[in-house]
Amino acid sequence: MKKIDPYLIRDDFPMFKNKVMMQGKPLIFLDNASTTFKPYAVEKAVNAYLQYETANSHRGDYDLCYNVDVKIDEARATLAKFINAEKREIVFTSGTSMSINLIAYGYGTKYLTKDDEILITQAEHASNVLPWFKVGEMTGCKINYIPLNEDGKLVPENLRKVISKKTKIIAVAHVTNVLGFIVDIKEITKIAHQYGAIVVCDGAQSVPHMPTDVKDLDVDFLSFSGHKMVGPTGIGVLYGKYGLLEKTAPFMTGGGMNAKFDMCGDVTYLQPPSKFEAGTQNIEGIYGLKAATDYLMSLGMENIRRYEDELRTYAIEKLKKNERVILYNEKAESGIITFNIKGVFAQDEATYLNSQGIACRSGQHCAKVLLDYLGEVATVRASLYFYNTKEDIDAFVSALEKGGDFLDAYFA
Amino acid sequence: MPISLDPQMMRAIIMDHYEKPRNKRTPHDDRYQMMHIDSPNCIDDINVFLLEENGVISDCAFDGIACTISTASTDIMTELVIGKNVQDALYIIEQYQKMIHEQPFDDTVLDEAIVFINTHRQAARIKCATIGWDALKELLDHDHKHEK
Repeated sequence: MKKIDPYLIRDDFPMFKNKVMMQGKPLIFLDNASTTFKPYAVEKAVNAYLQYETANSHRGDYDLCYNVDVKIDEARATLAKFINAEKREIVFTSGTSMSINLIAYGYGTKYLTKDDEILITQAEHASNVLPWFKVGEMTGCKINYIPLNEDGKLVPENLRKVISKKTKIIAVAHVTNVLGFIVDIKEITKIAHQYGAIVVCDGAQSVPHMPTDVKDLDVDFLSFSGHKMVGPTGIGVLYGKYGLLEKTAPFMTGGGMNAKFDMCGDVTYLQPPSKFEAGTQNIEGIYGLKAATDYLMSLGMENIRRYEDELRTYAIEKLKKNERVILYNEKAESGIITFNIKGVFAQDEATYLNSQGIACRSGQHCAKVLLDYLGEVATVRASLYFYNTKEDIDAFVSALEKGGDFLDAYFA
Repeated sequence: MPISLDPQMMRAIIMDHYEKPRNKRTPHDDRYQMMHIDSPNCIDDINVFLLEENGVISDCAFDGIACTISTASTDIMTELVIGKNVQDALYIIEQYQKMIHEQPFDDTVLDEAIVFINTHRQAARIKCATIGWDALKELLDHDHKHEK
């Protein structure tokens, strides 16, 4: 199996080739759970549309248009292959948030009633919580929580304790954004289906980092964002089992999604995925996302997962030697490392790291999880990707060792 | 206070107000006005309390979740405005905002607040250094409009 060489890979990324600095120091980017750098291949694909292939889709009277339709179709096929879906099950959206909202409004509000229940967890990102609150408001259904285990991880046995015939939707992340645990979605789905519930999986933090096979996982819906997987911002995917997509109402209506309509108000919608793609799509985004997906597949998702795992293990071993570091998710399997420095407020630590050219994210993330499982109101998160090197980790670890006084950032 | 204040002292002042804030408390008194303020970009989430009597700020306090920079800057602010009339307090706030945004300002009224003069070097923290000040300004402005 091919091994990832981050030093070679860095040549593919303008952010590295251009030697971008931060605070006068070489940039060390450890905020990949937030967004990721884009390779030249993505830039080239976006530029191809902007410079040589600009035209709208679905208007195929002339060659340029036809070419755009062909390219979008190819992109859909690439994304389908990437997660082992069928092409017609890939809906382009603006990203994970829109994908989840589409299901919440198009499926949740259509089918749930006041006697039903949606199960989520306290570890979910806001984009996988608030749309369900809306469904609750609009239908009267209950939003309940699957308890996490003592580490803050969702385990299938805890789902078994709370699921019932009332449960209609289970909305959970494959990898949670704060603690980075990989959830056993396959087992979650198996249990859900025994009770007739569907699983809406948030793949924003998993799809970019590990192989995803929707058929094997048997998830009903899966959402992910292009920009977290070296693609452009403003483009993402909603995968849905075709039968469920047929049952789901369009979130937006307009051009490009209707087959015909007349003045009496009789409207016929197109079939999925077109049904969900009203208006002119983010075409250059789709070109870019295809290029990003091709790039990731050429590296191999299993290779990426293994490399991140190796890098994480290396980082954790080093961080554990620093007595001032409090690690909150040592046992997590993803590239997400959540920590604090004893006696230092998370945001102050992140500011100090900024002064050293290191990009990390501090945040309350989700106050409830942190308070219940970590006993902290805020933490710092470092998140890795395949282009990070052991030198990045060394610089990060060494900055944390030296960083006695975060106020240096103010006075340096 | 001279701008040439040395970094060690500036640091000490910030840490002192963070570790032992003078006015971090929630007054349980109906006469206080309160403003809740938070930021989508950071963790700070505080309430600022104002007791104004006959045009004079007789008390000012704050409480909530706040980082070092916002705790120290808000605490220093409360000390600066207590006992001042509304016009003077608004003038102090205006000078502080000018300092933070690297504009010419009157340093004679800022006292310890001068320690935040370098905030622009960490631009992401400007909100932390001004969050309490923005809330107090809002309370005072609101009050002022009511009088008109």
